[in-house]
Amino acid sequence: MSATLTSPKLTAPVSPTRRPRRKTAYRTFRAVMLVLVVVAFIAPLLWMLLASFKTNVDIHDTSKSFFFTPVLSNYSEVLGNDNYGQYVFNSFWIALWATVIALILGVPAAYAMSRFNMQKSASVVLMARIIPGISLLVPWYYVFANLGWIGGYGVLILSHMFVLIPISVYIMMSFFDSLPMELEEAALVDGLTPIGAFVRILLPLSVPGIATAAILSFIFSWNNFMFALVLSGANTKTLPVAVFDFVSYASVDWGAIMAAAVIMTLPIIVIALFAQKYIVSGLTAGATKG
Amino acid sequence: MSVTATSVPAGEKITSREAISRWANRHRKWLFASPAMIFVFVLIGFPLAWTVYLSLTNAQGSVRAPAEFIGLKNYVSVLTDTDRFWPAVARTGVFTFGSLAVELVAGMCIALLLWRPFKGQKWVRVAVLLPFVATPVAIAMMWKLIFDPNIGFANQLLGMVGIPAQPWLSEPATTLPTLMFVDVWEFTPMIAVILLAGLTSLSDEPDEAARIDGATAWQRFWYVTLPLLRPVVIVAIVLRSIDALKTFDLLYTTKGQGGGSFHEAETLNIYVYGLSFKYNDFGLSSAVLIIFFLLIVAIMWILTFRKKGSNS
Repeated sequence: MSATLTSPKLTAPVSPTRRPRRKTAYRTFRAVMLVLVVVAFIAPLLWMLLASFKTNVDIHDTSKSFFFTPVLSNYSEVLGNDNYGQYVFNSFWIALWATVIALILGVPAAYAMSRFNMQKSASVVLMARIIPGISLLVPWYYVFANLGWIGGYGVLILSHMFVLIPISVYIMMSFFDSLPMELEEAALVDGLTPIGAFVRILLPLSVPGIATAAILSFIFSWNNFMFALVLSGANTKTLPVAVFDFVSYASVDWGAIMAAAVIMTLPIIVIALFAQKYIVSGLTAGATKG
Repeated sequence: MSVTATSVPAGEKITSREAISRWANRHRKWLFASPAMIFVFVLIGFPLAWTVYLSLTNAQGSVRAPAEFIGLKNYVSVLTDTDRFWPAVARTGVFTFGSLAVELVAGMCIALLLWRPFKGQKWVRVAVLLPFVATPVAIAMMWKLIFDPNIGFANQLLGMVGIPAQPWLSEPATTLPTLMFVDVWEFTPMIAVILLAGLTSLSDEPDEAARIDGATAWQRFWYVTLPLLRPVVIVAIVLRSIDALKTFDLLYTTKGQGGGSFHEAETLNIYVYGLSFKYNDFGLSSAVLIIFFLLIVAIMWILTFRKKGSNS
């Protein structure tokens, strides 16, 4: 900027000086907007974090919104609860197995549907994404109650798989669509069977896609509330249900509720920090191809 | 075990294994696709048929209790129910498409803002991910505290700029708009991320050509970028409306069964949940579910039908 001001020799027309000024104005505007966007989406989460370190007295005192003595009592209360560790384990265990089995079923299916262009079969699987989950819960409850499965891990894993299979098939289909067909043909020329080519050539190349599907599946299972609300038992409650029950019983213990909410959200935030690229590519799978 | 003893059966095994391999390779299309399809089909097919059956009966209390076949009576009583059903339909529509409209405009603005590279881009993009990957129940609790009429930060913030305190979730009139605000906060970032991926995949050339021709920034966006982005916008609309129509976690955890004492937050999904799991009115709830399902399929059909139309 100073260069234009200190060079009077150049009989510069108006535009070179006006251009940079407009550019800096635009840059400042953009920086301000970016800060606003970040504040708008992060501030509420920070508020939850702050509240989790406040005593309930401080939460009710609006003069102590930002200045208060942080305490860990909410966390010790939540983590000291014998069952909370169990709920963390339940959420983790169910998410883990639902993800693993959904991928074992979903990845080969996505390959076949992509390779053989099975549009109709794909839409059968994607139907699971469209149908309202509640329409399935009454019949499921009836059948699983007759089988004596209600409250077990199996039924929760099954119900979560129902959510995860369409997601992973959708993600993996768009991944396999992007792999060149020549890869498989070359492998066949080299004497591999089609299944051999899939296992030895395509699967190793699909690791980024599988990681994407696995991460998103885990998050969707971890966050799921409705299926566990109906199908879980006292010992198989997942975190979202446990936190919700906590509210209904201890209606105004905001500090503990916020601490429980932070503990529940923390793993997801850590995943988002380290696997941002995968989450984005999973959410936008298929979007960029129309 | 000696080598000779195992060599003969082993040889036989290889041939049978080979036969299996040949068969598997020949039928790999269905071998690969069918487990996932059967899983989905079993978990959908039977329940759907069962729901259709229940919707034609007066099943109540327990699904095992003897139920009479009453034809389309449930459908008639649902479709003439102006007390709970139609208001729930209206709320579902307002909630879904009202939020979606705001999310699309705001999401597009944010996507354009994040499009060209800048310093700290990575951190801003992570920040934008958090609202919609965080657990919805935690998000709902968080906003419930922020919108608490007495101790919430929302009213404190309004107080700072001299606006009187609002009742937010505690009054029927402000409940649905407040919940829509939360939905917008939660899912605008998702729309932005999808649109941003679309923008990044666009070629620079059309935009460059328009710039050389002297088009303004707005003209380049409206006549060049937006038409090219149209398929991505439609994908974002489809993906978001599928989930928004079925919103459950936010509404149920903040307003409970029935959507509050005046049903002010009762969408179709919440209504049906109450019918099924509180009143155990399975006949009626099944009829609502079938109508709800047909509604979603119709909306999806319209959206994807238009998508195909725009491509050709």
